Amino acid sequence: MPPVRITRAIEFSTSLRYCRPDLSAAENERLFGRRASKHGHNYRLEVTLRGEPDPITGMVLDLKQLQDVLDAEIMARFDHRDLNDDTPYFDKAAPTPENFALVIHRLLLAALPDGLLDGIRLEQDSTLYVEVRESPEGAGA
Amino acid sequence: MIALTRRYEFPAAHLLAQPSLSDAENRRLYGKCANPNGHGHNYGVEVSVSGRVDPLSGRIADPDILDAIFDERVRARFGHRYLNDDPAFADRVPTAENIAQVIHDELAGAIDERTGARLVRVRVRETRRNSFVYGVMA
Repeated sequence: MPPVRITRAIEFSTSLRYCRPDLSAAENERLFGRRASKHGHNYRLEVTLRGEPDPITGMVLDLKQLQDVLDAEIMARFDHRDLNDDTPYFDKAAPTPENFALVIHRLLLAALPDGLLDGIRLEQDSTLYVEVRESPEGAGA
Repeated sequence: MIALTRRYEFPAAHLLAQPSLSDAENRRLYGKCANPNGHGHNYGVEVSVSGRVDPLSGRIADPDILDAIFDERVRARFGHRYLNDDPAFADRVPTAENIAQVIHDELAGAIDERTGARLVRVRVRETRRNSFVYGVMA
């Protein structure tokens, strides 16, 4: 049986400013422009798993189990938090959607059963999203 | 593999008719899309680029530069226009398939030059009920 992809979405609201702590305020302002000011987004995260449905349950992974992982790894860490001040992930890099998506991808890769994560899509707003995918086969693009 | 996608819209008119065919043949081929006076859509465009995340800026490409390129090369040229009048559609019917390819070819060089990222996909959403992808599928 060919593998099946399943996608679950969550939404969370987070504040941030593009900032590299190793640079001065003026340098950050020059590098990141208006995005160096504190602002926020309603993020939407789509998480896609890829696998063979279990012959007994008919499921790739119980969505409840996936939601528990998303609650613990993503919602608890990021929802109604500040990416710069409330999380340890952006001490050396700005929380651009690219960097934020890579952090989320790493967290989920570590928390989900091996080999299940196909990719994620992080939508910052209705005009911009970032996809991270494991294999070139899925092409990430 | 990581890709950044920016979404845009522009309104334009078009008419689907192959000049080498008769009105009756075009009507049979394209149905109501062959209405001789044309019709219009709010075209939605997704532009996807891939590449290395720059360690300093944390970005694959600066979205402000992508926006400028899109405005210059697509919106200024096709927005609030009749696509059939554009030289790009002089010898091809402005179906969404062809529009996606034309937009891809318009953007690819400028994105490569000005952002260092690579254009990997253009999706054209003609209405909320149909969309067309040129490039690598997700």
